Amino acid sequence: MSVSTTISELTHPPSPEVEHSTGVHDHPFYQKHHFETAEQQREAASFGMWLFLLTEIMFFGGLFMAYLLYRNWYYDAFVAASNTISMPLGLINTIVLISSSFTMAMAVWSAEVRNKKFLQISLLATVVLGFAFLGIKTGEYSDKFREHHVPGAAFDIRDFTTPPAGSKEKPLPIDVAEKTQIFFSLYFAMTGVHAVHMIIGIAILIVLLWKSNSGAYTSGYVQPIENFGLYWHFVDIVWIFLFPLLYLINRH
Amino acid sequence: MSTIVSLPDQSTATLPKRNYLNNEHGLMSWLLTGDHKRIAMLYLVSITFFFFLGGFFAGMIRLELLTPAGDLMAADTYNKMFTMHGIVMIFLFLVPSVPATLGNFLIPIMIGAKDLAFPKINLLSWYLYMIGGTFVLASLVLGGVDTGWTFTTPLSTHYLNTHVITTATAIFIAGFSSIFTGLNFIVTVHRMRAPGMTWFKMPLFVWSNYAAAIMMVLGTPVLAIAITLVALERLVGIGVFDPAKGGDPLLFQHLFWFYSHPAVYIMILPGFGVISEVISTFSRKRVFGYTAVAFSSVAIALFGFFVWAHHMFIMGVSNYSVLVFSLLTMLVAVPSAIKIFNWSFTLQKGSVTFETPMLYAFGFIGLFTIGGLTGVFLGSLGMDIHLTETYFIVAHFHFVMVGGMLMAFLAGVHFWWPKMTGRMYPESVSKLAAIITFIGFILTFFPQFVVGYLGMPRRYHAYPAEFQVLNVLSTAGATVLGVGYLLPLLYLGWSLKYGAIAGNNPWQATGLEWQIQSPPLTENFLVTPIVEQEAYDYEWLARKTAREAQHVA
Repeated sequence: MSVSTTISELTHPPSPEVEHSTGVHDHPFYQKHHFETAEQQREAASFGMWLFLLTEIMFFGGLFMAYLLYRNWYYDAFVAASNTISMPLGLINTIVLISSSFTMAMAVWSAEVRNKKFLQISLLATVVLGFAFLGIKTGEYSDKFREHHVPGAAFDIRDFTTPPAGSKEKPLPIDVAEKTQIFFSLYFAMTGVHAVHMIIGIAILIVLLWKSNSGAYTSGYVQPIENFGLYWHFVDIVWIFLFPLLYLINRH
Repeated sequence: MSTIVSLPDQSTATLPKRNYLNNEHGLMSWLLTGDHKRIAMLYLVSITFFFFLGGFFAGMIRLELLTPAGDLMAADTYNKMFTMHGIVMIFLFLVPSVPATLGNFLIPIMIGAKDLAFPKINLLSWYLYMIGGTFVLASLVLGGVDTGWTFTTPLSTHYLNTHVITTATAIFIAGFSSIFTGLNFIVTVHRMRAPGMTWFKMPLFVWSNYAAAIMMVLGTPVLAIAITLVALERLVGIGVFDPAKGGDPLLFQHLFWFYSHPAVYIMILPGFGVISEVISTFSRKRVFGYTAVAFSSVAIALFGFFVWAHHMFIMGVSNYSVLVFSLLTMLVAVPSAIKIFNWSFTLQKGSVTFETPMLYAFGFIGLFTIGGLTGVFLGSLGMDIHLTETYFIVAHFHFVMVGGMLMAFLAGVHFWWPKMTGRMYPESVSKLAAIITFIGFILTFFPQFVVGYLGMPRRYHAYPAEFQVLNVLSTAGATVLGVGYLLPLLYLGWSLKYGAIAGNNPWQATGLEWQIQSPPLTENFLVTPIVEQEAYDYEWLARKTAREAQHVA
């Protein structure tokens, strides 16, 4: 079987008896003792990360399911509500996020070629771009608060029933306009959960940046950088789906 | 009756000088451990606590239902009782029961690894479990929650002023504990197997835990987002499930049952694994149809994701989806039946002996079969409309969960107790406990099938007087069941100090875990084992034992 051959390839035990009786360690410093080889450890870590990303897909999947359902039901309200969020800001954020994915990819590369200085520059650039994204997002959120487009007690449908003068929007009947609240609920839930992932990501980035000072990731141990890169790209890809669904799809 | 062959090491057995229990000392050596065996023991202690807490609520429910009138507690107190019973038993006992204790302890050893792939994440998942448990206790102390364990919207979002958010947080956190356990198992099974340990040489316990782990990883995040939306709805009124704002309460049901039906298989699949090991060992035969049993676990994991809407037949899903979900539900019965038939064929012409784990396993097979077949009744639309939300459904899932899973858990705890602690439990009193549990179980839950069929609805604290006889039987049974569960707590605790020394392989079982010392070393294996034998190869074991006996002589 192919599986068994893979296993025998993976495991060429460095005679554990000798290792444990004499305390001589003939494996890299970062290899945990319960792994046979560093290669096995690397494969396990990366497989684990992919599985975790799978759980993240299922997590966001519930929200995308809700979006699909309600967009189908309340198409007109979704069109009107989607047109009130700022496409230019969304576009800038998309560019910021894709750039941060690029700097993250550079970070992984510089860890692999053991360039500590460039690793730190790339990580720092990723942190800065992450904060830039969150800053723009905060601006967008505060616009929504000012316009009373935040779901809850203060939600106001007047912008949709009686569009301001000079607007291209057609006035919506009240029962349709009320459904815009569902759009904004999903808008805040989806971008909010995405932003929480960004915040967690930035926190981890800062830890990585701090630990990289001692050269921890530029002497062969690239796993943490590589795995975090996968996470960062995943968060990026979620946005690549959110941006068209929330900002672009109903644009006119 | 006992045909256990004394191993060379059993009569003269002593506790090994160095093992995972005495390798390090002090509280911190437990709280900061990375050893999968120690984490398993931490889990065992904590889930035992939550089991008895959940059992206390069950006791209060049965006590209230002793009389037709709602005289022991008020209706909303009763609602809190069954809600807390459900939440504690499902999220804090059944879901982590076998995987987090026995699975944690055994999976690395069974596949010849030194530990799970991610020991720190394993410890983290225990801490997450404990934090989740603390939140449940907090909601209890603050005054409880009365939504039922299903958090049905809009009841949970609009009409109740109990501690829904606290409990939702608890479930969110405990869910991540189960995601990390599942993730760890999958990576371990894929990447940590010893040389020669191919997929089809793995014990079936590993297969079934692997299948459950897939469901944990794919299902739990959906519950997490559903429960987050409920909390957000209560907190800021976002309205995704609020019909007044155009939201759909049924969407919550879809998201909730998309996890919570697979969760049923998350709970029962690891139990199947225990039963495969126990039945094979005490029949001294390879499990009949090993490959079929292995694949049936994966099939259950697969089908399990496409049956969720059978919980919603009376809630306004369309007739066409009822048809499809009804059919898919019956499809799950096929892999489950494959397992039952294969275990029965394993027994046939085996040298069957009746040690305690085997008694529990027999209890499992009978009770799970009844529970599973009544599930087919409920999966067909006509019957479901009559039986849903009655005590019939309560009896059905208790036959599967308590009659099935709890029996399997106890079978597993007894079976691997010598390996985990190095000491035997007292055989005769434990046999008695197994029989008491079985009798108590039948007495508690069989009358509920009848009373449910006659039309007694679930979740009410009062009922018409004509149902009293059956309810008294049920409450009497619950008392017997309580004794059946307290006994193991007492004698297993006793055996920690006074039990006979077990030796390496008291059951003459074939798994890798039985070929090492009990309790095992922290690193499990001094030399990485090279696996050449098939799973459940008793001839290989006989040859190995003979060789060792010669060596000693």
